[in-house]
Amino acid sequence: MFNSDRWREILEVLTSNVGRTILTAFGVCWGIFILIVLLAAGKGFENGIRQDFGDIATNTMFMWTRSTTKAYEGLPKGRSFEFKVNDVQAIKDNVPNLRFISPRNQLGGFRGGGNVIRGIRVGAYNVYGDYPEIINQDPMTVTSGRFLNHNDINEKRKVAVIGQGVKSELYDKGEEVLGSYIKISGVNFMVIGTYKKNNNDGDGEEAQKEIFVPFTSFSQAFNRGEDVGWMAITAHDGSSISQLKENIIGVMRERHKIHPEDNRAIGYFDLYEQFNRVESLFVGLKAIAYIVGIMVLLSGIIGVSNIMLIVVKERTKEIGIRRALGEQPWSIKLQILMESIFLTIISGMTGIIFGSLVIYGINSLLDSVGPVDMFINPSVSVGVVSGALVILIISGLLAGFIPANSAIKVRPIEALRNE
Amino acid sequence: MIEIKDLHKSYKMGSNSLHVLKGINFTAEAGELVAIMGSSGSGKSTLLNILGMLDGADSGEYILDGVPIKDLTETKAAQYRNKFLGFIFQSFNLINYKSALENVALPLYYQKVGRKERQVKALSYLERVGLKEWATHLPSELSGGQKQRVAIARAMAAEPKVLLADEPTGALDSTTSYEVMDLIQKINDEGNTILVVTHEEDIAHMCKRIVHLKDGVIVEDKKIKQVRAEQYV
Repeated sequence: MFNSDRWREILEVLTSNVGRTILTAFGVCWGIFILIVLLAAGKGFENGIRQDFGDIATNTMFMWTRSTTKAYEGLPKGRSFEFKVNDVQAIKDNVPNLRFISPRNQLGGFRGGGNVIRGIRVGAYNVYGDYPEIINQDPMTVTSGRFLNHNDINEKRKVAVIGQGVKSELYDKGEEVLGSYIKISGVNFMVIGTYKKNNNDGDGEEAQKEIFVPFTSFSQAFNRGEDVGWMAITAHDGSSISQLKENIIGVMRERHKIHPEDNRAIGYFDLYEQFNRVESLFVGLKAIAYIVGIMVLLSGIIGVSNIMLIVVKERTKEIGIRRALGEQPWSIKLQILMESIFLTIISGMTGIIFGSLVIYGINSLLDSVGPVDMFINPSVSVGVVSGALVILIISGLLAGFIPANSAIKVRPIEALRNE
Repeated sequence: MIEIKDLHKSYKMGSNSLHVLKGINFTAEAGELVAIMGSSGSGKSTLLNILGMLDGADSGEYILDGVPIKDLTETKAAQYRNKFLGFIFQSFNLINYKSALENVALPLYYQKVGRKERQVKALSYLERVGLKEWATHLPSELSGGQKQRVAIARAMAAEPKVLLADEPTGALDSTTSYEVMDLIQKINDEGNTILVVTHEEDIAHMCKRIVHLKDGVIVEDKKIKQVRAEQYV
């Protein structure tokens, strides 16, 4: 089947009318080119959006308290309540498949008053009381020193990890940061580390201006007692937080004597749900790219099929001669199919190469003009390319199918009469 | 070698049916050189096509070298054609993008003979028809007589039981025709069975037996004294 004679013949046939072969090939080439470029553009868009999400653990929800809207067990509506530290253990005991439950407290806020003082400098920052696990849910890179640890929690050490933004505002360039003290709402904390966050969304600058201190020291220093401001809860990879959400909130309702149907007493934000919504957008984009690409490819394939029909027509006599000399019908069919597949694959490969060149060009253009919003590193994977190849082989088969059948339908005697 | 009994064939032309062969009975022994003559429309080409398994008969028996030829699938027919038959056509029917050598080697390719062996064999047949030096030329670079000699070499290459020639000299001038007939006679001298369809008297008389066809039946079948073509060359 794959002997040199057959290949020589395929080449002879395809090169016998070079102009026509190239024009035919162009159709398929163009189709696969469009497919590749569309997929790459979709990927670039996806990369851009994903960058905005940063490294945040997406299987995460945030939960905070509001006031009750229904009277329950003798308690009035409009009652405010607080999560307590032992709620964390209660959730851990009652809801399986949770990876991290981080109780958090917060001081200051967006454009809050100056709450942090160092020497003669003053700044307004978000100050969080946190457990060490928070670094897994809200990832950051520790650029110097270390992050909080459990000894800090247990011993209620007054230590702080500050963001790059805090460092640049409160310290001179080159000044030693580690071991120095900052005064947060009148309480001195020793700086033990600095961090940098990678996400790139709207409040990217704000994210670098945060201060993390141990949860226990925060509670003590700022008089929070057993109160928990809000919680960040991450589920294990196998299960989705969206499904566990109701369970968690149920446990909280029970512990805080909230009416089971009081939906507004506990506020939450389900990051996973948001992320899924975006995720389905990517799926949609990909589907559109495939549909458009394959439609364009289809017209190319019809072109190939057409030309193969003409080739068969032109070679009717030759086919007749071959059959008179004893060539078997399957061999003729195989010949036509292979020509068609070969032509499709070669032109498809050309399309893939051109597409890759264009993508490469766009990438180097992006590199030279700097980042563009929501569009990063458009690319196609090896998987997509091999998928495209499979599509090409199938299309080649489809394109050759009708011509190959019409070739063997010609009876040798009629073929020979064809002058 | 060839045995046909009560062969019928008709063609459908729209609503009319054209009865071309009306009961042909014919036998040919091994080593015979038979001319099938007749005016156009007498059915001689149809007969040859049926003998060549290029076309099927409506009814009747056809036995070739002891093998009954009937109910052929295209695959089977291709096998038989390759094994039993060599064709020589009026219009040569060479494949025009293949060299003389490749054309001659083609039937061997279908017999799955290896590439090297194929070339050696094809070259030896080209030598026999005196065209060894033209082996690498394309058909378009050959004269009509040369083309027909290449076609004869190709028909011989598969070492068939029977050679079928359909107006082999029809497209050639008389001198070239005699050269081709001389070649055919020499091949026949080596013991090959050959059937020649022609409407030219002089060509027919270079065979050993003449069968006359008229309106789909054999009207005359006689052995003749062969005229050697050499003397005209």
